[in-house]
Amino acid sequence: MTVLSENTENTETRTATPARQPRSVRRPKKPLGTRAYKVFRVAALIAVVLFLVAPLFWMLLASLKTNVDIYDTAKSFIFSPTFENYANVLQRNNYFVFIFNSFWVAFVSTALSLVLGVPAAYAMSRFTMHRSALVVLMARVIPGVSLLVPWYYVFSNLKMVGGFEVLILSHMFVALPLIVYIMMSYFDSLPLELEESAQVDGLTPIGAFQRITLPLSVAGMATAGILSFIFSWNNFMFALVLSGSKTKTLPVAIFDFVSYASIDWGGLMAAATVVTIPIMIIALFTQKYIVSGMTAGATKG
Amino acid sequence: MTPPRSAARNAGRAPGAREKFSDWANRHRKWLFAAPAMAFVGVLIIFPLAWTLYLSLTDSQGSVRAATEFIGLENYLTVLSDVERFWPAVGRTLTFTGIALVCEVALGMGIALLLWRPFRGEKWVRVAILLPLVATPVAVGMMWRLIFDPNIGFANQLLAAVGIPAQPWLSGQDTALGTTIFMDVWQWTPMVVLILLAGLTSLSEEPDEAARMDGANAFQRFFFITLPLMMPTVIVAILLRGIDALKTFDILYATKGKGGGSFHEVETLNVYAYGLSFDYNQYGLSSAVLILFFMIIIGSMWLLTMRKKAVSK
Repeated sequence: MTVLSENTENTETRTATPARQPRSVRRPKKPLGTRAYKVFRVAALIAVVLFLVAPLFWMLLASLKTNVDIYDTAKSFIFSPTFENYANVLQRNNYFVFIFNSFWVAFVSTALSLVLGVPAAYAMSRFTMHRSALVVLMARVIPGVSLLVPWYYVFSNLKMVGGFEVLILSHMFVALPLIVYIMMSYFDSLPLELEESAQVDGLTPIGAFQRITLPLSVAGMATAGILSFIFSWNNFMFALVLSGSKTKTLPVAIFDFVSYASIDWGGLMAAATVVTIPIMIIALFTQKYIVSGMTAGATKG
Repeated sequence: MTPPRSAARNAGRAPGAREKFSDWANRHRKWLFAAPAMAFVGVLIIFPLAWTLYLSLTDSQGSVRAATEFIGLENYLTVLSDVERFWPAVGRTLTFTGIALVCEVALGMGIALLLWRPFRGEKWVRVAILLPLVATPVAVGMMWRLIFDPNIGFANQLLAAVGIPAQPWLSGQDTALGTTIFMDVWQWTPMVVLILLAGLTSLSEEPDEAARMDGANAFQRFFFITLPLMMPTVIVAILLRGIDALKTFDILYATKGKGGGSFHEVETLNVYAYGLSFDYNQYGLSSAVLILFFMIIIGSMWLLTMRKKAVSK
């Protein structure tokens, strides 16, 4: 009954033309005045884009300047660009090794976290294991330093500090809760009927998970994987303590750059650009996934 | 459900260990799936947390002094009566998080409203929003260090162009914290925008339409219709962002270094605890700081989830 009456009300309001409505009910013109609002909106959007992009642009510009030009405020925008800084950073400071380290740690920790996290998220979503999920999500809340102290203690006694294993382990610790969180909200939105009908057709529950649910959740896993890769690539604190000279990741490498060459702005900006560019390119190609990952579970109330 | 069917299948086959295992696996898939991840996180969390709790009751100084004595609550008393480093760090942590959150949510809501309805060039704005989000925080810190450099920085060049005298920004004792808050706002407002935008697009149109019919103007519709409906999403955004803002480390350490600068002007609890642990080996003291810090985080989370429940009802 109620549904019906609601429906009729809606269709009435939608189909009624303004001319037939009484004056007071007539739909008002756009309140801010269409043109004024449009102008305001365009101006505001340009300001937002400038605010977000300009600093990065400034970093890029500085990385193409000689240190003499950086100190010359007259040459803020007009100067003759040079790739000297990049050549210096990449050759003299061995940044290719750091790029590989960052990539390897991010890749392996993401892959392992997916292997552990996806089935866990599935079980937690299907059996509504909220308390168990809370244990995994706790990892997001705890300040990293409180874990680093005991980790450092144990791993340095095991002579493992400075190896890839420890770095990967610590980055998995960031990745796993993220993946469980994203995949849980993904599995929540996947209809249960698909698996049930597969089981009626003779698949075991695990078989149904493998053959039906997993192939359907490739998009969700891509989302979780990309986001976890980005977070691992950007992670600084764990690598700062646990990496060694051979396993140093890019963020730690740029930080070191400052302590012994705090005035080489051109080189520093080139190094900063080198870290940021790969992850930005990945982000641009996978926009859709990043947005859905960042907003996962946010609107369910 | 499954037992009869799998039993029937087993009857047709030669009884082997494999089939039995797969049956067992299917019956226990709930824990089979969840246990590895939980064990991993459990071992890497619960054990360190217990250790931190234990260390906070000792006078451990890492490798400097091998023998460690149990000293009860002494570390906590030391920390809680420390008005030079601890309490200012608590203040800075809360100031940083509070101001950053207010700015990010207000700005984020404004930007999300601008993006709500479709427009030309949407793609480019989306790209711009994504860039700060994925930029490496340490690199971002370095970038702002150059921009806020008192002599050659672009920020002061801009001020000079409008005739305002140069500011010390990051190097100033009073301005440093504000400048780092600005950086946090630049980097993380986009995340709030994405979350709020997802919330806005999932709102139903009817209440807004109805208010429009009744002649409500844009501001009235926002404050009396959209905002109340958005409150649960706003609180989710505050929760997600708040957890990370409380724990901010990268940008502070990258721009001001050890101890949050020579006058500890940006030393938050996280930076303070990190310094105590890894620069001074004061494991006992830093553990006490961390336990207190953890309690602050859990407390604020709890308050927010309570608030969210109240709003959702």
